[in-house]
Amino acid sequence: MKNVLILGATSDMAQAIGRKYATAGYSLTLAARNAEMLEAVAGDLAVRSGADIQSVPFDALDFSGHQNFYDTLENKPDIVMACFGYMGDQDEARVSLDEVRKTIDINFTGMVSILNIAAADFEQQGEGSIVAISSVAGDRGRQSNYIYGSAKAGLTAYLSGLRNRLAKKGVHVMTVKPGFARTKMTENLDLPGVLTASPEQIADAIYKGLEKKRNTVYVLWMWRCIMLIIRHIPEFIYKKMSL
Amino acid sequence: MRRISDWGNFPVIEADVSGFESTEQLRKKLEIPGEVIAYGNGRSYGDSSLQERILLTRRFNKFLSFDDKTGELCCQAGVLLAEILAVFVPRGWFLPVTPGTKFVTIGGAIAADVHGKNHHVDGSFGQHILSMDVMRNDGTVVTCSPTENADFFNITVGGMGLSGIILNATFKLKPIETAYIRKETVRTNNLNEIMDCFEASDNWTYSMAWIDCLTKGDAMGRSIMMRGEHASTDDLLNQAHKETPLKAKKGIALGVPFNFPNFVLNPLSMKAFNFAYYNKCPAGIHQAIVDYNSFFYPLDAISDWNRIYGKRGFTQYQFVIPKEAGREGMNKILKKITDSGLGSFLAVLKKFGKQQGFISFPMAGYTLALDFPITLKAMELFKELDAMVADYGGRLYLAKDSRMNAEMFGRTYPNADEFRQAIAMLNEGETKFASLQSRRIGITA
Repeated sequence: MKNVLILGATSDMAQAIGRKYATAGYSLTLAARNAEMLEAVAGDLAVRSGADIQSVPFDALDFSGHQNFYDTLENKPDIVMACFGYMGDQDEARVSLDEVRKTIDINFTGMVSILNIAAADFEQQGEGSIVAISSVAGDRGRQSNYIYGSAKAGLTAYLSGLRNRLAKKGVHVMTVKPGFARTKMTENLDLPGVLTASPEQIADAIYKGLEKKRNTVYVLWMWRCIMLIIRHIPEFIYKKMSL
Repeated sequence: MRRISDWGNFPVIEADVSGFESTEQLRKKLEIPGEVIAYGNGRSYGDSSLQERILLTRRFNKFLSFDDKTGELCCQAGVLLAEILAVFVPRGWFLPVTPGTKFVTIGGAIAADVHGKNHHVDGSFGQHILSMDVMRNDGTVVTCSPTENADFFNITVGGMGLSGIILNATFKLKPIETAYIRKETVRTNNLNEIMDCFEASDNWTYSMAWIDCLTKGDAMGRSIMMRGEHASTDDLLNQAHKETPLKAKKGIALGVPFNFPNFVLNPLSMKAFNFAYYNKCPAGIHQAIVDYNSFFYPLDAISDWNRIYGKRGFTQYQFVIPKEAGREGMNKILKKITDSGLGSFLAVLKKFGKQQGFISFPMAGYTLALDFPITLKAMELFKELDAMVADYGGRLYLAKDSRMNAEMFGRTYPNADEFRQAIAMLNEGETKFASLQSRRIGITA
């Protein structure tokens, strides 16, 4: 039976991913900061699926602890799902370096730290899959969230390079870009219904995408077209837009 | 702030919306003074879960425990009925009561005290709750049941979220052998015939009828009855089904990705639909084995079907009139509706059994539920229907209502005054539970 390690297992997307994989017959290791929330999520999954669910504390910002975290996992993962992220407050980030650091450290540095470790392990095994949640916000910086967007842009480039390095070693790396998603990050925002994915849709897209060994998954599919257009708008026009 | 509405997309309001995932988070949110209301999956039709400050419950959705010998399930109130079915039908369990959509939360099902096709046998959802925890406006948690804090339990069941925020509930699922329903359809020619048919269907566990609310004259109220029982493995005809009896097939999922222009649903197109729907069903009685999704949730297969009504939105007028009103009552009301020519193609008729409950909607008699696109003429019609329903001793379903006034509510719910006083007492403090509906029908100020 294959094992999935979910990093940041208490986020909305991660919970939906956990439910998808648990009911599909995988054993799970759930890793997150908030022990109480983690226990509730693990208990819920156990009732829903009867699968083998382990919980382990994990802090994206505790870089020096990541190696030990990975080494002491009881079940060695076949798939690593990195689902943690931090949208941050764009207005605050414009004036506070602490907010900038937090945004970069969670969305980029923390990801690189733990995924480097998982990558080294999988490279040695000659097999395994790494999935990380990036964002369409990283495809091109826009005025409303470019601090978050630039951290995600860094993550997307890292994953692309990692995919390149590991492709020859039998290890698959998949980048997920959810587009608008209805989660706690976006609860109080107006989002266009047609373009907004639910956590369940994201989990489904990830599951199907990984089965087909896709490189980049856009949820919902139209975001691939939307971002293609947005990426190609000439800069002299783009800089005047209010996205 | 964001725009939000319930299922009828009328009204649509701007609200401060946030969710919670733990009781601690919820308690902190309730420390902010002011009015607030819980919002589950937004499947009530009007404004029962709308107001300027909204607490989403969908992330408070953990399964807590399940006893596979007794079928007793305990889960948080944000869990959808759909999730329970997805997990437990394959294990041989079904919901004790289910409304016409599975996309409602447990909290919503209790707060509206929902009913289903088996009301005449099994009553409403609230009657199956063994125990539940509810957080009051001051952050304290009350454990209540029919025997513990019973008064509080009785105003929470059907209390539309005004007594507190339901945290979790324990109830028994019912054992089933297969995921299929042995269904019988009966086509009838007019209102009298369908009511005869309901009288003859009391020993069926599940029964309801699609009723034509547009045709006048002798064929007024022509209907298609659908009644059913959970199929046993012996009932199954298809060999493939017999091998995996608890695995329901995944239906074709259709979606309505955008609001249809308002003109799409008009009296002509709706009449055409009714004609086709009625005549495609063969006359007489016919049996079939169908999966539970097709039998219980035909509309759920079309995601966002509410968009068919366009941007103007729609409302549903659902009333019940008691047995005592007799056939005359339903006849007169249906005649008023068909004469107006305003209704829609989706209309449901159901016979209710006895009902207990302090503030619940059902009563022994007949209920009719009918969609109407929002128009001024429809609003005028509703006022007239209100008077007729009240005269016959009936009432309206709060979970569908978006426009009833305080006078109608007070006149038709015998415990309205007591309920208002109880809620006022419970709402003492800085934080109060109130919705646009509760203000409109005079439960809260």
